[in-house]
Amino acid sequence: MKRYSVFAIAREAMRHHTGWERAWRSPEPKKQYDVVIVGAGGHGLATAYYLGKNFGITNVAVIEKGWLGGGNTGRNTTIIRSNYLQDPSAAIYEKARSLYETLSQDLNYNVMFSPRGLLMLAQTHHEVRGYLRTVHANALQGVATEWIEPARVKELVPIINIDGPRYPVLGALYQARGGTARHDAVAWGYARACSAMGMDIIQQCEVKGVRSEGGAVTGVDTTKGFIGTKKLGIVVAGHSGQVADMAGFRLPVEAVALQALVSEPIKPCMDVVVMANTVHGYMSQSDKGEMVIGGGTDGFNNFTQRGSFHHIEETLRALIETFPMISRLKMLRQWGGIVDMTGDRSPIISKTPLGNCFINCGWGTGGFKAIPGSGWAMAELMAKGEPGALAKDFSMWRFKEGQFIDESVAAGVAH
Amino acid sequence: MLVLECPYCGVKAEETELSPGYEAHLKRFGPGSSDEEFESYMFARKNPKGVHFERWRHVYGCGKWFLAARCTATLEVFGTYPAQSSEPPADLVAKIKAKRPDWKGYK
Repeated sequence: MKRYSVFAIAREAMRHHTGWERAWRSPEPKKQYDVVIVGAGGHGLATAYYLGKNFGITNVAVIEKGWLGGGNTGRNTTIIRSNYLQDPSAAIYEKARSLYETLSQDLNYNVMFSPRGLLMLAQTHHEVRGYLRTVHANALQGVATEWIEPARVKELVPIINIDGPRYPVLGALYQARGGTARHDAVAWGYARACSAMGMDIIQQCEVKGVRSEGGAVTGVDTTKGFIGTKKLGIVVAGHSGQVADMAGFRLPVEAVALQALVSEPIKPCMDVVVMANTVHGYMSQSDKGEMVIGGGTDGFNNFTQRGSFHHIEETLRALIETFPMISRLKMLRQWGGIVDMTGDRSPIISKTPLGNCFINCGWGTGGFKAIPGSGWAMAELMAKGEPGALAKDFSMWRFKEGQFIDESVAAGVAH
Repeated sequence: MLVLECPYCGVKAEETELSPGYEAHLKRFGPGSSDEEFESYMFARKNPKGVHFERWRHVYGCGKWFLAARCTATLEVFGTYPAQSSEPPADLVAKIKAKRPDWKGYK
């Protein structure tokens, strides 16, 4: 892999950009690997990357039915934060956020991490109490967050209306080092780094079956033939239940659609991320100038990658009171992704009933921000066969044991 | 937009008039059941990519709960039937079979 640098740009400028190489190879699958990871989204690629970087395991294939990063990695609203209430969540999301800080240098790929600050608005007295509690919990967890009063909110977000009759802003939970990153670049950066370590990233290769023998996986049947493996990682988000089904076990996840949309591009008007959980809406401004808006999930099982229009209407209707200026904006694009929701709205990073098969799923509506931490924890689980400190609480058997990590109550909605 | 016909009042209700209630025909487990049964009832819901039976409530209409057969991969609605059914009606199952020969059937 040729490193990207200012010298590389200068060199290529001199020779009409003829020397750039492909960011990653697209090889045909080998017969056998040490590790096969199903799903080349952010989480799958990050798992592969940290397997190589932290454990020296590089005989790895990452297989993907569509194109790299074309699922939820390319469909989210790119928000990064770690202001969670429960200790296991705060630990893994803070690990992810801290890895994002230096990810561009680590991968030699600009992921455009922008720690621009993130506000979670408190618009009811219940939320005020909830976020004050989160601030105290975060202080104990070592996550830097603070409670700010409405006047400070107005200072940080001049376009906000803090005196709305229905949804007044009563303060906010502020994480100064939260922000956004370029979502595609995260997938591409990891893919390039994995490929440079000799891993195979195989796109347009759908898993059709999982073969196992004596309680252990031997390989996967794909549209490009059988691929043998010593260890299998399932990191497929929305279709986790389907792949688990092929492997012969059942997961406590349900797939629903989550939607987002962007406006026409406008001049810079908001340099922080604002989340308003009471009204199920969150908004930030992209580098192109579009207002990026995320909404809530639909309430029914869905695999179509498109959601119900009335959810968008509800989100915008509520956000217009808080941001009156967006009422005249035209919305350019709207899309949906299929998110896998668990009963407690926390992820699963776990061993499975099959000894050498591991699963990472259930990130629901909050997967992008977790990518580096999730990959880190999953790589440790796959390399050692046992979960490390970050993953141990996210077992798929916690529902049977009643050991929930209940962020559905803690986080309200958006998460 | 989803349109489901309420089997009670006969109204072809669109989604905003309805409230979804997830998997239908759940067998409820409580005190005296095994841990596995209780976990399965509470959390391991059916999540098929294809034919799914689910509960809906005609919340801004007659207010009654009913059941629906719907495809989660295409959003096609096969039919609705009253909530007082312990399993999908035979004619609905036959209709789905005809449309989806690959469908493995209810259960």
